[in-house]
Amino acid sequence: MTETLDVSPYVKPEADGTHGMDVAVEGITCGACIARIEHAMKNLPGVTEARVNYTNRRLHVAWSDALDEPARIFDALRSSGYRGHPFVPLRAEEEEAAETRRLTRCLAVAGFAAMNVMLLSVSVWSGNVTDITPETRDFFHWASALIALPAAAYAGQPFFTSAWAALRAGTLNMNVPISLGVILALGMSVVETANHAEHAYFDSALMLLFFLLVGRALEHAMRRRTRATAGNLAALRADTAHRFVDGELVNVLAGSLRAGDRILVKPGERVPADGEVINGTSEIDESLITGETARRAIKAGAKVYAGSLNFTGTLTMRVTAGGGNSLLDEIEKLLDKAASAKSRTRRLADEAARIYSPVVHLTAALTFLGWWLFGASAHDSILIAIAVLIITCPCALALAIPAVQVVASGALFRRGIILNAGDAIERLAEADTIVFDKTGTLTLPEPRVVNDTDIDAGVMQAASRLAQSSRHPLAMALAKEATSTTPFDGAVEEPGQGVHAIVDGVEMRLGSAGFCQVSSGTNGEGVSQIYFRHGDRTAAFAIAQSLRPDAIETVQALCDLGFDLHILSGDRREAVAPVAEALGIPQWMGGVDPAEKIAFIDALKQRGRRVLMVGDGLNDAPSLAAAHVSLSPISAADVTQAHADAVFLGERLVAVLDAITISRRARHLMVQNLWLAVIYNAIAVPVAIAGLVTPLIAAAAMSGSSLLVTLNALRANAKDAGAAADKNSVHSRASGNPESVPPLSRGRTEVGSPEETSVT
Amino acid sequence: MNVIIYLLPLALGLGLLGLFAFLWSLRSGQYNDMEGAAYRVLSDDDVENGKT
Repeated sequence: MTETLDVSPYVKPEADGTHGMDVAVEGITCGACIARIEHAMKNLPGVTEARVNYTNRRLHVAWSDALDEPARIFDALRSSGYRGHPFVPLRAEEEEAAETRRLTRCLAVAGFAAMNVMLLSVSVWSGNVTDITPETRDFFHWASALIALPAAAYAGQPFFTSAWAALRAGTLNMNVPISLGVILALGMSVVETANHAEHAYFDSALMLLFFLLVGRALEHAMRRRTRATAGNLAALRADTAHRFVDGELVNVLAGSLRAGDRILVKPGERVPADGEVINGTSEIDESLITGETARRAIKAGAKVYAGSLNFTGTLTMRVTAGGGNSLLDEIEKLLDKAASAKSRTRRLADEAARIYSPVVHLTAALTFLGWWLFGASAHDSILIAIAVLIITCPCALALAIPAVQVVASGALFRRGIILNAGDAIERLAEADTIVFDKTGTLTLPEPRVVNDTDIDAGVMQAASRLAQSSRHPLAMALAKEATSTTPFDGAVEEPGQGVHAIVDGVEMRLGSAGFCQVSSGTNGEGVSQIYFRHGDRTAAFAIAQSLRPDAIETVQALCDLGFDLHILSGDRREAVAPVAEALGIPQWMGGVDPAEKIAFIDALKQRGRRVLMVGDGLNDAPSLAAAHVSLSPISAADVTQAHADAVFLGERLVAVLDAITISRRARHLMVQNLWLAVIYNAIAVPVAIAGLVTPLIAAAAMSGSSLLVTLNALRANAKDAGAAADKNSVHSRASGNPESVPPLSRGRTEVGSPEETSVT
Repeated sequence: MNVIIYLLPLALGLGLLGLFAFLWSLRSGQYNDMEGAAYRVLSDDDVENGKT
């Protein structure tokens, strides 16, 4: 590439006068990759630091002025076999990371204090039944106070601030009983210690904080991980644009384009921003935006939208993004409306907390009143009420849901499903109706070679390697079949004809039939041909859009689970019909625009259906937000991904089935955990009300219940293994024979009739 | 019993030492890449040629 990549918006100055940049890297699969990437970076002149973060697949590079051209970082990455993209962490992600660090610090302090106070408390408990002197006991209690008070003041902040905010707003949340319990217990303990009493509650208060913080930290760890992955994906998918700077072309990232910029869009590339064509004629495919797969002819003066695919000609455009009435803005408006409607659905944890906190307060208050009215001293009554408050405090409840979420999201992650929303698991589990988009969801987003079994493996490898030197959509589809990532030396592209190179002394050609001097074969509807010649070896590759390899099995399995299935596509009816027929989904509609999709989903919701929407196009984004829960393949448009509750990687549709089965098990475990918490309270609360709870019993009961729900949550993983065994039939059948993938007539990326099958 | 006067602060001091060590390691970013650390152990990059 003679053009240079301008990454300046992503370069940040480092503390020691060097420059630094974060890079999201694709292709890191094993530990050896870390060393390979870091080696490649350190061999560049001027690079002072290179560190790969394996967990979130990111590279941090710092360099001094000796590295004149930062774009060399990406060249070096590419030549070692990885694809990288400059990247700025999202603000939400940074906030999440800071919050996780804060919670971990609180957790460490609470853990340290709880352990030490518990040691002292155990001595007191055992001393109370043997021979401890009152002076020693007081000393131990004061020592406990010395540790517990500052530790609780620090570690309790996440709860205290939230509880205070809720109280000031005149509402109650789960943090109010927690804060009240902790503060009362600590205050009462100090009073008891000063009065030389036998018992103090410092250990209970700290244990409570510790277990609650474990729950919070788990929840944040999950959200942070999914945010980081989502951020990477967005960066990796960011497209580059050719921008004119003083008449010269510079390769910039699409995200850095501003209104008024002049850009060049070559054939086979996606339009990087909304704009107006200044010069050139071409045909563009707007299926990503409108769902319409028929191409639109455009010339100077035409408006084009970001995400359209440019086909035949080179276009010069002026960027108009941010016009306020662009198609993207329209879609954004629909999205906001749909998303605000969805945010009203309550999460399982909130629901539990809403019922829980008034009940806890009421029970404690009634206990105090009861004992007091029946003649106990105010001191004893308060003590018993505090015991109730502590023992009912939602330790198990606070752990019940986050623990399951973390385990289940790990199980989903291993299946290539990344959650965007914290409560996606709960909503996925409730779905009973699935609405699929067609293009890119049921079918693969890109066309592929469908007659690969008829072609000699050697020819296939040679042709696909040559295809890597071309940007034509057909060649790019063929290039995916290549196992080698090094293109042939000296490959030359003839515009409108094809690509050729001298290999082993003989010319190798790939392109139109005329270019390769072979007779053009017959091809079915929607199937495009690309031809190959190397000496006397010739081949014709048929390229078409095809169903995802396991679509039929997955749809069948979903049917068996009792789901109501629909196809809703913006594509023409004739294009949808064969897909619906192949999959056996009787309920389908074609030619639907985004507003109609929302209306359809709303109608389903009116009938009490919980709709899972699976889609990838920009036109699907509003309906993804409107549906009860939504899934997108990773190939989806950025806006669409941002509004999906979960994103799945890879080509297999079975991810939809996995997401549902794992979520259902997880929800089952969450409910089970909540019931465990209820049963624990049913036993512990009467004992506490009866005034029989000593600090020892409170501490033991609390830890026991917390451990129980955590252990139960781990079953989300074990069950996952069982689920895999059940569905093995789907997995193995799907992976068995890719040649059985039926080509579809007519698809979004129908790359032209035979005479246009040229590599430009 | 008087030995407690020494042992208790000693035990707490050790505990605090552990706490500060953890907070320091958290601040210095040692928990940023838990999976990568497991692989880095196996890498020989930091070993000079001839010395093993």
